[in-house]
Amino acid sequence: MKENILIIGGGAAGMEAATQLKKLGLNPIIVEKSERLGGHIAQWDRLFPAFHPAKDVVEQMLNNVKDVDARLNTEVTDIQRDNNGFHAVLSNKETIDAKAVILATGFDLFKAERKQEYGYGIYNNVITSLELEKFFKEGKDPRINNPKKIGFVHCVGARDVKVGNTYCSKVCCTTALKQACEMKEVFPDAEVYTFYMDLRMFGPGYEDLYLKTQKDFDVKCIRGRVCEVSEDMDGRLVIKAEDTLFGKPLRMTLDLLVLMCSMEKAKSIDKIQQKLGIANNSDGFMQNKDMYLGMNDSKQDGVFVAGTCTAPKSLPDTIGEARSVAVEVFNYINNK
Amino acid sequence: MIVEGKKKIWADYQKDIPDDHYFYVRSCIRQAFWPGSEVTFLDITRNKLGKDFYENPYHTTCGGIAYHSDTIPQETAMTIIARQFALMHESGYENYVCSCITSFGCYTETLETWHEYPELEAKIRQYLWDSCKKEFAKPKYLAHASDIIYKFRFEIAKQMKYPLVNVKTGKPLKVVEHIGCHYSKMFPSKGFGGAEYPYVLVGMIEAWGGEVVDYPERRHCCGFGFRQYFVQADRGYSMSNTHKKFESMEPYEPDLIITNCPGCPYFLDRWQYVIAEQTGKTYGKNGYGIPALTYEEVAGLVMGYDPWDLGLQMHQVAIEPLLEKMGIPYDPKRKYQGLNGKDLGQPMCPSCIKSV
Repeated sequence: MKENILIIGGGAAGMEAATQLKKLGLNPIIVEKSERLGGHIAQWDRLFPAFHPAKDVVEQMLNNVKDVDARLNTEVTDIQRDNNGFHAVLSNKETIDAKAVILATGFDLFKAERKQEYGYGIYNNVITSLELEKFFKEGKDPRINNPKKIGFVHCVGARDVKVGNTYCSKVCCTTALKQACEMKEVFPDAEVYTFYMDLRMFGPGYEDLYLKTQKDFDVKCIRGRVCEVSEDMDGRLVIKAEDTLFGKPLRMTLDLLVLMCSMEKAKSIDKIQQKLGIANNSDGFMQNKDMYLGMNDSKQDGVFVAGTCTAPKSLPDTIGEARSVAVEVFNYINNK
Repeated sequence: MIVEGKKKIWADYQKDIPDDHYFYVRSCIRQAFWPGSEVTFLDITRNKLGKDFYENPYHTTCGGIAYHSDTIPQETAMTIIARQFALMHESGYENYVCSCITSFGCYTETLETWHEYPELEAKIRQYLWDSCKKEFAKPKYLAHASDIIYKFRFEIAKQMKYPLVNVKTGKPLKVVEHIGCHYSKMFPSKGFGGAEYPYVLVGMIEAWGGEVVDYPERRHCCGFGFRQYFVQADRGYSMSNTHKKFESMEPYEPDLIITNCPGCPYFLDRWQYVIAEQTGKTYGKNGYGIPALTYEEVAGLVMGYDPWDLGLQMHQVAIEPLLEKMGIPYDPKRKYQGLNGKDLGQPMCPSCIKSV
């Protein structure tokens, strides 16, 4: 009989880990709290750096897990360690016995309203990166009405002591530039500005995207943080920022402001995480055993971690980790 | 503007204020700037609302101006504050209410610092004993006086005679609210409404029938800002800040500015004259300025106090157009008379901004 492996989370990491575990002859069982598999990426329209349709990637991943046992709209409500591994109780009262557990619970998007100075939820034309992605996908959002001047704010909820998140969220810089280009595609006459602290173009093709953003799309990248957003009589947004390269404060009136929200560890797993004895790092993400050679191991026997539950990651990084966690689990089962 | 979003933030930033029995400390500069404000506050709270407010005649400045000007170190400022707390304790009170925003900021900063660094509190305790032979107890509650008026704004509304409504048009007056920087910008959780969308004055305006003006430079400094005013060479910065605010609020045609800081109404009031003299521009209608009042003055006006007893003749910007909008009767002859009817003499009036 194939060994059960409980995977909590049906996003990119959970799906890819399940795909690989299945190939390795184990029986992965995905427990996903939402009504569908796919995680955050399923809400995305196109992916950086090459503007590849997210749908193509998600569909392929879904196809790979079509034979995998998955429980949707379901959460793990309790989990106990026993002589055979783990005994999990689900919100639908079902129980699962598994030899190992993979936490692939991903991230929550930073709640933009916490940065009150940006006025999300107060001013109509302040939106989040996710909402803009939905606009690209669905083609409509009443707040996006032929904007002539658009701003993007990087690092919303990241590298920010004030909100308690000092880490870099890794993907927001590239996402901002991708979305800035896409806005120029949709609204060619619009002026588009991005406000960054420093641009972290770390992956293959990312630096090329940065150059393309400026050369081909005429997006203006301003090094400086936006400190304040207000609304004028016409409902346009008045922002204050500092251009640190010029060493001058600036004020600008915009029609739309997009907040690049950071990742935070998903809160919904806190209770189960505590039951499994997995601690968090000081940045709030889950602790793994070792950042070099044990990145998929937790400090608890039989509990593994993958994807953005341990730190912000790009999609390729997440998939790479999901594949490696499958190998780790396979070796763990075989060595038992 | 999504009002529901603001309401959510306002709901998140609330604080408990005790119902009665307060130890009150005055501001060191407000009595010179706006002599009617503190006495009106005490009259409203004691005699109209029936609250117990105690003043100890031995209290001093909080040391805030010297502290923020780098004239005294933090330990000295904290020892002055510890002495104030000792007076409260000796007087049998535990609810501390201060008139000044800078003081409120200093008291909050001190209590928070002591909370984080108890060894510093112990050190200050020793300094106070060595210097004054006094022992202090920390207040159970710390409030700014505007918090008290905010708390009782609906009780004040019940006694209101002249709401913030234009009697000629029947429309609410358009009111700019300006919060002192030290009220909640340093410690957002200590102020009603937090730092970005403070509610303390908005709540008063709404309760008394006015309409709040939210304009782009709402959060901007009034122009006081210790460094930019105390250093004479920097005073151009002070006025340019005030100028920026007025340029931003002008299109909304506000009838009134309400403030909760000693310095803000002073600078928003006096610089209007200087701007008028330098540029020929005034921001009220027909050559007048926009009155910038304290919240106690506004509370007094809506409750029917005589404008001259409130000390409104101390404002550079003429108050009369506002009184007429609100339908408040006033005797022009009493404007420059003392309480005993003695003629105090009329100040020289500028021609660049209407003063009567």
